[in-house]
Amino acid sequence: MEQKSLAQRLHIDIPLLFGLVLLCGMGLIILYSAGGQDIDIVIRQGVRMFLAIMLMFAVAQLTPTQMERWSLWVYLGGVILLIVVLYIGHISKGAQRWIDIGLVRFQPSEIMKLAVPMAVAWFLASSNLPVKIGRVVIACVMIMVPVVLIAKQPDLGTALLVAIAGLSILFIAGISWRLITALFILGATAAPLLWHFMHDYQKRRLLMFLDPEQDPLGSGYHIIQSQIAIGSGGIYGKGWLNGTQSHLEFLPERSTDFIFAVYSEEFGLMGAILLISIYLFVISRGLTIAVSAQQTYGKLLAAGIILTFSVYVFVNIGMAIGQLPVVGVPLPLISQGGTSIVTLMLAFGILMSINTHRRMLSE
Amino acid sequence: MSLKFYFKDNIEESRLIKRRIIIAASIVILLMGLLLLRLVNLQMIKHEHFITLSQNNRVKVLPIPPIRGLIYSRDDILLAENQPAFSLEIIPEQVENMDDVIKALARIVSIQDEDTRRFYKLLKEKRRHDSVPLRYNLDEIEVANFAVNNHLFPGVEVVARPYRRYPLKDITSHVIGYVGRIDDNDMAQLDNSNYLGITHIGKLGIEKTYEELLHGRVGHQQVEVNAQGRIIRVLERTAPEPGKNIYLSLDVSLQKVAVEALKDKKGAIVAVDPANGDVLALVSSPGYDPNPFVNGIDAKSYQALLESKSTPLINRAVQGKYPPGSVIKPFLGAVALAYGVRTKDETTWCPGWYALKGHEHRYRDWKRGGHGHVNLNTAIVQSCDVYYYSLANDLGINRLYDGLANFGFGEKTGIDISGESTGLVPSVEWKRRVYNQPWYQGETLIAGIGQGAVLTTPVQLAVATAAVASQGKIVSPHLAYEARDPITNQVQILEHAHSHQVAFQDPGIWKFIIEAMTDVVHGAYGTARRSGMDAKYKFAGKTGTAQVIGIDQNEAYKKEDIAEEFQDHALFIAFAPVDSPKIAVAIIVENGGSGSGAAAPIARILFDHYLLGLQPVSEVKENNT
Repeated sequence: MEQKSLAQRLHIDIPLLFGLVLLCGMGLIILYSAGGQDIDIVIRQGVRMFLAIMLMFAVAQLTPTQMERWSLWVYLGGVILLIVVLYIGHISKGAQRWIDIGLVRFQPSEIMKLAVPMAVAWFLASSNLPVKIGRVVIACVMIMVPVVLIAKQPDLGTALLVAIAGLSILFIAGISWRLITALFILGATAAPLLWHFMHDYQKRRLLMFLDPEQDPLGSGYHIIQSQIAIGSGGIYGKGWLNGTQSHLEFLPERSTDFIFAVYSEEFGLMGAILLISIYLFVISRGLTIAVSAQQTYGKLLAAGIILTFSVYVFVNIGMAIGQLPVVGVPLPLISQGGTSIVTLMLAFGILMSINTHRRMLSE
Repeated sequence: MSLKFYFKDNIEESRLIKRRIIIAASIVILLMGLLLLRLVNLQMIKHEHFITLSQNNRVKVLPIPPIRGLIYSRDDILLAENQPAFSLEIIPEQVENMDDVIKALARIVSIQDEDTRRFYKLLKEKRRHDSVPLRYNLDEIEVANFAVNNHLFPGVEVVARPYRRYPLKDITSHVIGYVGRIDDNDMAQLDNSNYLGITHIGKLGIEKTYEELLHGRVGHQQVEVNAQGRIIRVLERTAPEPGKNIYLSLDVSLQKVAVEALKDKKGAIVAVDPANGDVLALVSSPGYDPNPFVNGIDAKSYQALLESKSTPLINRAVQGKYPPGSVIKPFLGAVALAYGVRTKDETTWCPGWYALKGHEHRYRDWKRGGHGHVNLNTAIVQSCDVYYYSLANDLGINRLYDGLANFGFGEKTGIDISGESTGLVPSVEWKRRVYNQPWYQGETLIAGIGQGAVLTTPVQLAVATAAVASQGKIVSPHLAYEARDPITNQVQILEHAHSHQVAFQDPGIWKFIIEAMTDVVHGAYGTARRSGMDAKYKFAGKTGTAQVIGIDQNEAYKKEDIAEEFQDHALFIAFAPVDSPKIAVAIIVENGGSGSGAAAPIARILFDHYLLGLQPVSEVKENNT
């Protein structure tokens, strides 16, 4: 098999690309409905998606070795930016998350979604697996520093996802079950402490998740209306553009965090199964890439990325159907917004790079 | 790093990672499975429940208030209308800081403390998305001022709504009454479903009595609303049934003349058609302007009305209880003839006083020297008290009571406006019940001249007078005679209690009494002869002067010496024309002095106007009896 296909030469993974484009396409269709049939919103999102896919292609051109080499520096740079944003960051929506560099405003915490798994994968890959206890501790510190900084912004959702990205790599790297149990116990005891440091609105969200009916017009409103939207969709849904919950504006955040409710109202259980299947397809492709990657770094990073992606999907849908608290995690590739898509596509670019560069290495 | 590579057990590592990835994949599948289970639960098992919730979310049933029926007089003059008026309303949920908004609005339109207070009161009662009125009756300049600044006030709007207006104001206030905002008392009584979206209800007068007809039926529309409560489209509509237009027997032209006649005086006039009980005029003076009551009168004005000495809010025509004085005499005369206590020609000697056998106390006649030999005709014409002391004494309280009750005294006439008094005809039983005292003979004498405990309302007197005019027919007085559907114009005759005949059957009695009352006006010695002078028709009447305070029996009543509020009430009852009566009136002028001087001339003015179409030029000169 000396002859490389065009896709391989362009470092594109066709099945993965197929899944991602499918999701983006569905995202645009749902957004047209959720955004009040405003074609401009759809076009703008389409442009963002296109640019993000281009970025993905660009990233795929880098070799995993290059990435491995840069991992630590990306990580350190990200941590510094996080510190900067905490002190001189622009105050936006009562939370300090953004850095404004003239033309673009970006969130350093988004960088950490990639930088943390990269750094952890780099660190763990640099010695034999399964990972030893001392290295687990160091890896945990590497994870917790940015997580705490992000949580202080305060952006609990992102902090949680960044933590999961790092921890999932620890898991794949063979952290012993005893340690996992120990970490769980540690987490359980740390929870009350975390509660203590939480902001009021975060506490409220958590409480509201536990009992949304207690304040149906206030914080519980999101959860109740979202469930009404999904439940009233039934098996086959009310049809595209026919969702009353979203079109009559009962559903809040309908083109961002709660876009799944719009989709489920209009396309029903069948639509939801289809969407989850596509996600599972993308996830399984990502896991296949991880398994078949040649370097340990690539394996760990690919697995970490795709598991984090799975958690995104689970948390967002779980939130929309009332199984998880409202934490402000977008539905990957579907929710409106550029930042999330760019980060995701960069991650998939890394996956493609890992998958398409292995044979080159074996030569 | 490349060195390390050789030491790493690559195959072992790959196996480990593969194992872990399989575990992770299993967890992912498990979690996705959980999501699907929950989705099945929401979208299949609980689907019906959520479909209902989403319907409730978007579909609202809104009431469509019917248009309230109008009130017309018999001569087609509009007495109560619906006029669009502009009000400034605020939708609470669209306003962030209510105080600031109101302060800013106050710079554009006039907003009094009173308005603000009422607004905050209503605000508490209404839902967040219901608009709450802040100001009523904006004038054109205020509407224009607001329109220019509209964009500065999200959630504030000028709304045109029909408001009840009473164009004749105080002229018809005591007849029509008014509508007012539905309060808690009303809420407790009315059929809520038929008052959805309705803010006003008849509080008094015709507006209250015929509330059901005037109100109509509320319609409904099913609408689709969005989360802000804005109506997106109408799904279904049941049209409201507009209220019926009510026609009153009131003769507005006569009513105006009557109001003018009582101008600046306290008193009441009731005019009825003796044939059927149609009320032609009903005046309680002073009246008041009912229009401010529609949207809630401000406390200061209301206080002023309440505390006014002339009590404009009291409907004297139906609520006012007056001692009838001498106007009771024709009725008691008829009673005495019917019971055979007196014959038409029997005379009584009148020395100017009367005393019971074995008693010192002298019951005085209004004429100091007395009337001499007096028969029943003279007793009525010249209003001889002594004749009636003796008559009442011979009749006794029981027959006196039964006789007067026959004319409807002591009972509500059933007129179709609220608040009517029963008046009072005293009886032995009444005195025992109320005072736990026996009846004294002297009280019968006092009752005989319409004083003491006897109290009548102007409407009772008018009905009783009509009964004389129609030879014993007691009609049930009423203002409304028909209701018409504003769309189909279908007429609905309003049924009232049927008239009945007074127990006395002998037509001779009526002829005699009518003759005597005619002589009061047209006879040479009649107490009201001045008022009857040069009339182109004949009318029959009886003057009355009712004491407000007791005058010592040896003291002469001098009008000048007594403060106005203690001066006598002037009364006059009359009907015309004598041959074929078309109108019967009862007139009371509080503290007016004498019936002949203050009340009788008014009857002449009314009759001249009603029968001949004459406009009153100047008042007939006062003439004391």
